[in-house]
Amino acid sequence: MNPRIGFVLVAGTFAALLPLMAQKGPDPKTPPARTANAQPAHEDDSAQGQRVFNQNCARCHDAPQGFPPQISGTVLRHMRVRANLSASDEKALLHFMNP
Amino acid sequence: MFHPRSPQRELSLRTCIRILTGATLLALVHAIAAQDVPLISGGTGLITSTKGGNTTYLPVISPLLAAPVGSHILVESRATIVDSFFPKGGGQPGYAHDLFLGLDFLQADITANRHMTIVAGQFLTPFGTYNERLTPIWISNFEEAPLIFGLGTMGTSHSVGGMLRGSAASTKDFNLDYAAYFSAASTNEQFNAERSAGGRASLYIPAAHLEFGTSFNRLLQGTRENFSGIHLWWEPANSSLRLRSEFARAAHARGYWIETGYRLDRFGGGHGILSRFEPLFRIQQTFRSQPDANDALPSTDTKQADFGLDFHMPHELRINTSYSREFSSSGNRNIWQTGLIYRFLIPTWRGK
Repeated sequence: MNPRIGFVLVAGTFAALLPLMAQKGPDPKTPPARTANAQPAHEDDSAQGQRVFNQNCARCHDAPQGFPPQISGTVLRHMRVRANLSASDEKALLHFMNP
Repeated sequence: MFHPRSPQRELSLRTCIRILTGATLLALVHAIAAQDVPLISGGTGLITSTKGGNTTYLPVISPLLAAPVGSHILVESRATIVDSFFPKGGGQPGYAHDLFLGLDFLQADITANRHMTIVAGQFLTPFGTYNERLTPIWISNFEEAPLIFGLGTMGTSHSVGGMLRGSAASTKDFNLDYAAYFSAASTNEQFNAERSAGGRASLYIPAAHLEFGTSFNRLLQGTRENFSGIHLWWEPANSSLRLRSEFARAAHARGYWIETGYRLDRFGGGHGILSRFEPLFRIQQTFRSQPDANDALPSTDTKQADFGLDFHMPHELRINTSYSREFSSSGNRNIWQTGLIYRFLIPTWRGK
């Protein structure tokens, strides 16, 4: 690849992304968006789920900007292994993502 | 994540597709709960790396498949496909390219009880924190792995065999987790691994936002060698500062890295442009006592300072930029790197 062409490609891509920068960004420690029909969770459960999320997920990566509820269990099972979640933490996090 | 310093295995596209399709079909034949639809996640992007004036362009995609099978088994796999465009060299104009396909892991996670998960297959070698936590391209802050990445990860960064892992004890005051594994030697092109065993233990103290742990792996073939390491992560309370660090040593080399990052989400009202920047700094150093062509560490003692500035955009996009200065007796050099990364997370079907 010609270096000039490469530079133009990279610069063009960055320029195309400029409008995105004007939009609101996510809070990195805000958990994933919940489903539209979700009911508010019990305060204690919600707080515990938030704590588990911050201590186990957000320490490594930003929260996904929402995902369909039908994969929340799969996401959690992946995180159980990756973050060595305890059974109680797993339960709290699942309840938090699907109150 | 693509690691310019680590060896890449070439894997045929057909084999990759067969493996991932098989795992998906396996999940399809089982009834699944409403929240357990198989998913495809991962990241894709364009990375540029300029070292000593030569620029390499790296379009990369790293898909991850996670497919529950019943209520106790999860099959998950991640691959990295990267095409490297690099100067031909030798006075020739233009660029050459190499396409690599590497299977990072293909494992079955079997939930044994509340404290233990049995992992079987090819999995990321548990040593330190970087290999398991920070190698995904949609997570890593710097485009290049630390210099000591090759210590303790047994060359290929993955193992083929079995692993026990989980949370040994968890209270509101602390969480103690563990991982212990055994890997067989394998020269299979798709599942290349060395015979080794070891593990890691970590203690996390929520009140202090502090984690520290230790790792020990032993190579059980060829020149038998022990690898040991410690890691420490700290996030001060009510702060956006992050500190991550690792130290690793072997008989022939040792080294460390310390990475700090500060997310500017306290500026600009939390949602302004400024709040999406994350300045980063990483210092790392390696010391070599004996030559070893297989550990991917620099051949001479090396210091490197990495200055990064990441920008987290909406819609799962991020831009990583960094400048590094490497100091060694074989010569100093500048390293410039950029990455435009998109993260995706989608269900394989709509589900119930």
